[in-house]
Amino acid sequence: MTWEETNKDMGAYQQALDAQSSSGVDSRVAEGRARRAAVRAYRNEHPDEDAAHAAEARTAAPAGGAPAATATAAAAPAAAAAAPGNGGAVAVAAAPMTAAVREAPLPTGNIPTPKKGAPDKHRLLAIVPPEGIQRVEREQGDRVHTWPHLLLEEFIAMSILFAGMLIFSSLINAPLRELANPNLTPNPSKAPWYFLGLQELLRYFHPMVAGIVIPTFILVGLAAVPFVDRNPSIRPGDRKVAITLFTILFMFGAVLTIIGSFFRGPGYNWVWPWTQGVFFEL
Amino acid sequence: MAIKPPNLRESEVWKSIFRPGSIYRKGYKDTSRDRALATMNNVLWHLHPTKVKRHGLKLTYTFCLGGLSFFLFVLLTLTGIFLMFFYRPMADIGGAQAYTDMQTIRTSVFFGDLMRNLHRWGAHLMVLSVTLHMARVFYTGAYKPPREFNWVVGVVLLFLTLGLSFTGYLLPWDQLAIWAVTVGTSLAGYSPFIAKQANFLLLGGAIVSPNTLLRWYVLHVLALPFVLVLFLAVHFWRIRKDGGISGPL
Repeated sequence: MTWEETNKDMGAYQQALDAQSSSGVDSRVAEGRARRAAVRAYRNEHPDEDAAHAAEARTAAPAGGAPAATATAAAAPAAAAAAPGNGGAVAVAAAPMTAAVREAPLPTGNIPTPKKGAPDKHRLLAIVPPEGIQRVEREQGDRVHTWPHLLLEEFIAMSILFAGMLIFSSLINAPLRELANPNLTPNPSKAPWYFLGLQELLRYFHPMVAGIVIPTFILVGLAAVPFVDRNPSIRPGDRKVAITLFTILFMFGAVLTIIGSFFRGPGYNWVWPWTQGVFFEL
Repeated sequence: MAIKPPNLRESEVWKSIFRPGSIYRKGYKDTSRDRALATMNNVLWHLHPTKVKRHGLKLTYTFCLGGLSFFLFVLLTLTGIFLMFFYRPMADIGGAQAYTDMQTIRTSVFFGDLMRNLHRWGAHLMVLSVTLHMARVFYTGAYKPPREFNWVVGVVLLFLTLGLSFTGYLLPWDQLAIWAVTVGTSLAGYSPFIAKQANFLLLGGAIVSPNTLLRWYVLHVLALPFVLVLFLAVHFWRIRKDGGISGPL
């Protein structure tokens, strides 16, 4: 039965729609609730018609394929059992409107068999109260299709990266020194560049502080950032403290790494790279 | 009688490979529906949602740093597999195969030198791009709810990237490698309470030795990439679940 064929009270519909719309509910939800109100108002005015519908649902139930259920179960569960077969809308009409929670019908042991000639497809119908639907309140925003916009951009980025890497790697060879010799310590001995900030700290702190405490602090501190910074705004103007702190620490790390890389020479002593040369290998 | 040439794109084989909505399938139209299907029905592309925020496409928002890190990981995996064919992680008495294999790769293997260069430069660049990616995420405030957990996953990925780069640094078994690793790991000897155990676990001995080489090789080619891919999967998945790219500012 379509909405147009359903008996309803259009006065109640308009009244409910106005009430819902003025309370700021989404238009589609407001419309749905107004429809519900219209049908209920009509049924309350015509209780005799409502009973006729329920009787109709009872007779429809055996055709739905659950003959035993009608004999034992009450009208509402029987109507619900009829829902998968046919007359879903009728089942809605027959269900008691006041009951918020309905018991599922007890299993009868009779597995319903599909009608002869019924298409071999699943047909599922669920009756869901509007408040049972999880509504996602999200602005659709200004969106574009991933294909082709984002994927083309990613493809271009990947192509440029791979081409750049190919050219660079064809021109500049990675270093390979003489065979490892545990008895011959090169001077200076440096860690890979990303650890040179820590190696630089070794000049100023006890190894336990520079090698264990500070790295642990950096990693744990980084992981804790979102739980410490509870400022919900992402506008740079609102996060001056966070941005300043991060920039200072990031620059601190960068400067230490650059010093360790280019300004430390034999004996890990200070050198000026433009006079004594660079003691740095990747 | 003229034989009608078969139309490849109408063949059953072609249709079995390319799902409905694929841009390679006959009948693909440049409509909203087919554009969505092109993303949705592809095993790789469906990492993405079918639609993304327009501002996220701006190069100056992400600088594509996360993407570049991932592409570098792909490049490193491919070149790394190539190098594995020619490399043995052995340096016991009687010859340092690891080092001689490096020389062979450079001199005798077809494209060996190029592959090694790509692998090494790519590794350095990946450390850089992951670090810069982290900075970008901080400056755009992209770690804020609901993305806190994905930031933590990102910190783990940064740590794993450093671990992968550092374990790979030892494998050439030249002077640069063992002394950089000796310096880098000497700090583990200062851990409180478990100094000796930490050192032994890391090096497979008291000093950097052939045991260390084997241990770090296994970490480098198998253990760490495996863990990294797991975290990467969670990282990408959470980007979608947390509502796509952050912003706009």
